[in-house]
Amino acid sequence: MFNFALRRFLIAIPTLLIISLVIFMLLEAAPGDPLGDVPLTVPPDVKEKMRAALGLDSAWYVRYFLWMKQFFWVEPLNLVDYVWGTDYAKGMQRVISFQSRQPVMQIIAERVPQTLTVVGMSYLIGVSIALPIGIYSAYRQYSWFDQIGTLVSMIGFSVPTFFSGVVLIIVFAVKLHWFPSIYDTTHRVTDWASFLKQVRQMAMPVMVLSLYNAAQISRFMRSSMLDNLNQDYVRTARAKGLTERVVVLVHVLRNSLIPVVTVIALGVPTIFGGAIITEQVFKVNGLGQQLITSIHSNDLPMVMTLTFIFAILIVTFNLIADLLYGILDPRIRYD
Amino acid sequence: MKLRTALLGAAACFALAPAAYAERGTDGQVNIIYWQAVSTLNPYLSSGTKDVETASLVIEPLAGFNEKGEVIPRLAAEVPTVENGGVSADLTSITWKLKPGLLWSDGTPVTSADVVFSANYCMDPAGGCAQLARYEGIKTVEALDDLTVKVTYNEPRPNPYTAFVGSTSPIIQAAQFANCSGAAASSCTDQNFAPIGTGPFRVTGFRTNDVVQMEANPNYRDPTKPAFATLTVKGGGEAAAAARAVMETGEFDYAWNTQISPEVQGQMTAGGKGQFIYAFGTLVERIEMNLTDPSASLPEGQRATSAHPHPILSDLRVRKALSMAIDRDVLVEIGYGNAGRATCNLVPAPAAYASDNTDCLVQDVEGAKALLTEAGWVPGPDGVRVKDGMRLKLLYQTSVNAVRQDFQAIIKQWWNEIGVEVELKAIDAGVYFGGDAGSPDTFQKFYSDVEMYANNFDGTDPEPYLAQYTCEKAPSPATQWQGENINRFCDPAYDALIVELGRTGEMGKRAEIAKRLNEMLTKDTYTVVPLVDRGRLSAHALSLGGVVLNTWDSELWNVSDWYRIK
Repeated sequence: MFNFALRRFLIAIPTLLIISLVIFMLLEAAPGDPLGDVPLTVPPDVKEKMRAALGLDSAWYVRYFLWMKQFFWVEPLNLVDYVWGTDYAKGMQRVISFQSRQPVMQIIAERVPQTLTVVGMSYLIGVSIALPIGIYSAYRQYSWFDQIGTLVSMIGFSVPTFFSGVVLIIVFAVKLHWFPSIYDTTHRVTDWASFLKQVRQMAMPVMVLSLYNAAQISRFMRSSMLDNLNQDYVRTARAKGLTERVVVLVHVLRNSLIPVVTVIALGVPTIFGGAIITEQVFKVNGLGQQLITSIHSNDLPMVMTLTFIFAILIVTFNLIADLLYGILDPRIRYD
Repeated sequence: MKLRTALLGAAACFALAPAAYAERGTDGQVNIIYWQAVSTLNPYLSSGTKDVETASLVIEPLAGFNEKGEVIPRLAAEVPTVENGGVSADLTSITWKLKPGLLWSDGTPVTSADVVFSANYCMDPAGGCAQLARYEGIKTVEALDDLTVKVTYNEPRPNPYTAFVGSTSPIIQAAQFANCSGAAASSCTDQNFAPIGTGPFRVTGFRTNDVVQMEANPNYRDPTKPAFATLTVKGGGEAAAAARAVMETGEFDYAWNTQISPEVQGQMTAGGKGQFIYAFGTLVERIEMNLTDPSASLPEGQRATSAHPHPILSDLRVRKALSMAIDRDVLVEIGYGNAGRATCNLVPAPAAYASDNTDCLVQDVEGAKALLTEAGWVPGPDGVRVKDGMRLKLLYQTSVNAVRQDFQAIIKQWWNEIGVEVELKAIDAGVYFGGDAGSPDTFQKFYSDVEMYANNFDGTDPEPYLAQYTCEKAPSPATQWQGENINRFCDPAYDALIVELGRTGEMGKRAEIAKRLNEMLTKDTYTVVPLVDRGRLSAHALSLGGVVLNTWDSELWNVSDWYRIK
């Protein structure tokens, strides 16, 4: 197991390096220009100087290696400085956003909490709704509960969040005035009243996202349960005289959870990735919203760093899912 | 008794004019939404309107523009002119005097050294200053004494109100930005996000691309202003959502640039919580004619250059017929409603510079057909006109934008009616306006026959704008496709008139020349076919008083006068 983990970890390093090069080249080849938003009233020679100040006048490989140095050397040093109060990274150029001229990592650190609360909460809620629904739907296959569950999850699957989000805003914010349509990111939870306000402003984005997550996971749970319910060991368990409760919730559920856990683990990186559209619709200042605004303004260092961090997370959680598989399922052994 | 009278008097004043006699910070909180989120509060590092305008709450220039486009003093005691001796008779220098007793929000005095520093900060060659154009042609900026600054130009400057005038060239504090000049500009995150200023508000919190929090500046020069104690500028989303937050849910007091369709505007106004306001500046949506041949059959390097005149559009009669076929009022109705008006001018404002050219306002389809026939283009078997075996076919490009695609569709219909075959093309705005010399789809390269976009000019003086159409400003492979004269228009008489404009200081004479230049491009040659004068459209809550929309300067120019209607 340890050897397997180590080997996978070592393979991950070249994988990530190649990914970073691919992302960089894609951004490089993509049309658009970081100064594309500069108004036409700005003369071309001024634009040229602005371009030079952003370092865009050097060759692509120079910029790529500069980014590598900043990301793998300067930024970790900065983290060390931040944690232990040292100043190793003093005077070194960090990864700087074109748009705001702020270190990219500061922006990410500022935004991670919002994304984790909103998107993370919706994932938790989504999972905790999906599991019972999936289990019961499978146990009572083709019952009215199963039919309704299928219908709701089909809706959750197929209705895009930019539609359901706006519908919720129009119903709950414009007509009923229950929830605010714009997320107040400066709000601090200090007492009961402010906690309620936080719940109210999180309600709609969390609702939209959990519907989507729950739809997906409940289908996985259902089909995995169905696979197991027809197995021989289930008949054996019943024959031994075990109660239905024990048969379903102990024997079947434990075996059915194995693939579902993998699916859930693989979904975790998307929490960090934020929900681009939902965050945009409700103005939650998370990482997804940052990514889309940076793409719009061709803020290359920001897009590059964010996508690369997502790549790291995806590779990591793939590894974790594989390891979990080995731990949960005795039939799978890596050594 | 005396006290009682005084109190009664005070009460009467409050009753009569609640706004004028309000005290600083009595009206609580005001919420503003900019759907393009604020990235920095240093206008010298960003040319984004959202950044410049939000920064204008904090840092101010020596003078600004009011809603009529007139120059008004801000930090300056008065606006220097030739009459009051502030501008030298030969128009080469301008001397500004600061108001005495001005304080930064940290309590230190504002001096001429800060003004000189601001100019040097932007003119630093390594800084990549986004507002460098405002400091163009400056020879020296010197402090004569603590309150006096003299700007000397290389050449006579008929319009000296560029440096230190308007929200794009504010005064920053020398003490705060001392170590931030040139290449160090990027490392000064704290300074860029919370500049110390002289404006009505000061920054208390800044989150990149999200929200800016401010409170009333305790050292603001008018002790009774601003009426609001705190202010929030939130960003993100799109124009419709921002308008909704003001007009329907009432969460925000002011929404910037709520450019939405006239139909949706009507629905939102029915919400009863706010109102749309609009004002007109110099932004004109126009069709530009390509005077060179963009045909792909020409070798790269010669394509769309002055070596090959356009086979169809070189004929003035064709260009004029294309303009005549358009009904501009219909375009306004579809795209902009109240926030647009039909125009035939490239320079629609200020009033003194606007030509009374209204020739194009009436659609004349028959006239257009006759003109094309006269030019030798006769209808072919399928209705498309032909001449010497060539079909009258045009490629019409613009950026991706709902209103522009509507315009394209309807203009195509009109042009089809007069026998012109039209192919439409829409390009992503980032690419189209990106100026990448390697891309075939930039508006500068103009690899199509006609194209549509909007442009305006900074401030109230159209000279630099009109000077964009001189021969040497045509983009070509030799200039890496940079240059503003995208039509490749070239007329020695025009160039000569531009030179004359640069030498003329007298306002009446300048206006006359500018009008003439405008007409040379529009009704004389139809090189530029203006369509719609696009106003600024914003929304404010009914409970917010004192809002005056200004298209010549920051929209938030008079926030210090805003108050809550009780």
